Amino acid sequence: MNSVNDRSRDIGEFVPAPDDDMLICRCEEITKGEIRRAVHDGMWTMTEIRRYLRTGMGLCQGQTCARLVKGIVAKELGISPAELEPATSRAPMRPTEMRILAKEAQD
Amino acid sequence: MEARIEEHPILGKQEKGKKVTFTFDGQELHGYEGEPIAAALKAEGVMIHRYTQKEHKPRGIFCAIGRCTDCVMIVNGKPNVRTCVTPLEDGMKVQTQYGVSEKHFDEQS
Amino acid sequence: MKRYDLIIVGAGPSGLSAAIEAAKRGLEVVVFDENEKPGGQLFKQIHKFFGSKEHKAKIRGFKIGEDLLKEADAAGVKVVLNATVCGMYQDKEITVRINDEMHHYKGDTIIIATGASENMVTFPGWTLPGVIGAGAAQTMMNLHGVKPGSKILMLGSGNVGLVVSFQLIQCGCEVVALVDAAPRVGGYGVHAAKVARTGVPFYLSHTIVKAEGEDHVTGVTIAEVDSSFKFIPGTEKHFDVDTICLAVGLSPMSQLLKMAGCKMEDNPKRGGQVPICDEYGRTSIPGVFVAGDVSGIEEASSAMIEGRMAGIAAAEYLGYIEKEELDSKLEELDAALDGLRQGMFAPKNRGQMIEKTDEGIDISTNLLKKGYVADDEIERFPGVTRAKGIHPVIECTQNIPCNPCQDSCPKKCIKIGANITALPAIDPEATCVGCGMCVASCSGQAIFLVDETYEEGYASITMPYEFLPLPEVGDKGIALGRSGQKVCEAEVVNVRTSPAFDKTHLLTMKVPVEFVMKARFFKKEV
Repeated sequence: MNSVNDRSRDIGEFVPAPDDDMLICRCEEITKGEIRRAVHDGMWTMTEIRRYLRTGMGLCQGQTCARLVKGIVAKELGISPAELEPATSRAPMRPTEMRILAKEAQD
Repeated sequence: MEARIEEHPILGKQEKGKKVTFTFDGQELHGYEGEPIAAALKAEGVMIHRYTQKEHKPRGIFCAIGRCTDCVMIVNGKPNVRTCVTPLEDGMKVQTQYGVSEKHFDEQS
Repeated sequence: MKRYDLIIVGAGPSGLSAAIEAAKRGLEVVVFDENEKPGGQLFKQIHKFFGSKEHKAKIRGFKIGEDLLKEADAAGVKVVLNATVCGMYQDKEITVRINDEMHHYKGDTIIIATGASENMVTFPGWTLPGVIGAGAAQTMMNLHGVKPGSKILMLGSGNVGLVVSFQLIQCGCEVVALVDAAPRVGGYGVHAAKVARTGVPFYLSHTIVKAEGEDHVTGVTIAEVDSSFKFIPGTEKHFDVDTICLAVGLSPMSQLLKMAGCKMEDNPKRGGQVPICDEYGRTSIPGVFVAGDVSGIEEASSAMIEGRMAGIAAAEYLGYIEKEELDSKLEELDAALDGLRQGMFAPKNRGQMIEKTDEGIDISTNLLKKGYVADDEIERFPGVTRAKGIHPVIECTQNIPCNPCQDSCPKKCIKIGANITALPAIDPEATCVGCGMCVASCSGQAIFLVDETYEEGYASITMPYEFLPLPEVGDKGIALGRSGQKVCEAEVVNVRTSPAFDKTHLLTMKVPVEFVMKARFFKKEV
């Protein structure tokens, strides 16, 4: 476990900011304020944020918002974005309907 | 169709498929077979493709290459069709998507 | 499950280049691409590339793409389009979605050449219809023949922002402003200069405050920012626009590699999350290679060379060629790649503030701040000389690897030398015949033919012109300076078109002689 994830670290209180209503995840319509609040709710990794808020779980699967969310979470944690582990990369890389996932071709 | 580039200084005249008719929210519009639906809509001056589920906000073309999914509309009854990478066909029925429905939010139960 | 010698993900310039090298050496190669057409971003590039002859300098991007496809075809490469690679697993197995089915394939080697995707910047109103990525603008104009909008604000002054702004003007759109939060223009000076002289104002150290409009963009407000990127009150400027174009950088699309367990790193100099790889594209997984933007954001010319390297490395890995051939070929390609990675914009110089050219000349600070070289800075550079009779004036003021001008002159007037990043200089002994080949060959559109003794009291200036409608001999209008502001009256005296110029027309205007070193663009009086 790297020190970035040391949950005993004090990252301070959530302080409202004027741009909290800025949309970040376009597909699921999640704002900057919601993401920042989630960090203070205890979500310190990208995977946790994703599961808590659904950022990156919409139609585009994080293609548009991933880097933005990473920057916001890192800033809230007081670390550089490079230190934050990105969300798990998992198949399918592009949104795929269930009926297609279930249809295996015979090659 | 003033938004169409008639002759480009480098690319010359664009090769297009045959001219076809399609409907957008019931209105008859024209485009070229095989071009992305979004291109035909843009050429006809349509900016709004859908309204979002939660906040009911308008969205249109953003990335134009099938990645951001902001341009999705209901095409021939099927929702969430990425209009920027789906080729236009004669007689296609294209509708504004409200959330994931063709019905306006007020009419949704 | 079908097995291939080599599976390549991505049929862009690096993927196709890799496929060609591997197929030529006998491997069974398949290339999967999620798009409908191959070529990646290459077919959207309508400008002439830089570099030297071996780097395909002077040739337009889409033509390079066409040649690459022909070569791939001739080498027997199989390209499967509309095929989305959804996952890459251990043991080099991939799942691909083609039509409505999921296919599994195994590759003895895999090359990931998936390229990059555009970055985002947020501001109130960024989700309104009318806010588009720069790539979206290119796709619409150059692939689909549709104007992205009529009045456009461009955010971003890197090469993408500059090049796309010029392309927007070429297809008939109005670019009302080019904005960047950074204090300096990020892309090549010549790209900025050709945009600036058409009249587009540059606003460096500015960024977007908000996009306005109810259900689509109708306007935009920008404001100046200080060194910590905070808005300076009272500096707001408003523009009526229907489109805002974002060109704020690219990030590698490296998720497949991460999924398969490649060692990754977050490298800001390379654009973000990249696989750790050696100079030939070998990753931490034996048999998995990378090439192109996915391994570090650069450009198409370097992507193609990296692709070739990866293709050859894959061939050697499988034993199709001996190590000696690998080493000698890679050495050759490495030299070519190194040739591109020189000069002011080399990856190694990223983030550095360069103040003098290699020749010791002060860089034009006005170019970096406003997008054009100031009148009192231009004569510092070796390509800018005064002489009797017709002669070239080369407004090339930054060291970038590029030399088509030298090769283009039949009289050997232009000298660059073996080091292709050197600034071009004029040989005072050579005699210019005014053929205009240099004007047409300069990918940066930075060369003019000037004759200070054209007529009593008048000078003639021949410029590259790539817009429609093409002015005609006798057209009266105004001459704009490098800044895009009017400098004087002008009249068109010659318009030359030739297949040898490859769609760059040569427009000659006459202006009062005192403006010969100022007038650089022609606008017809309406």
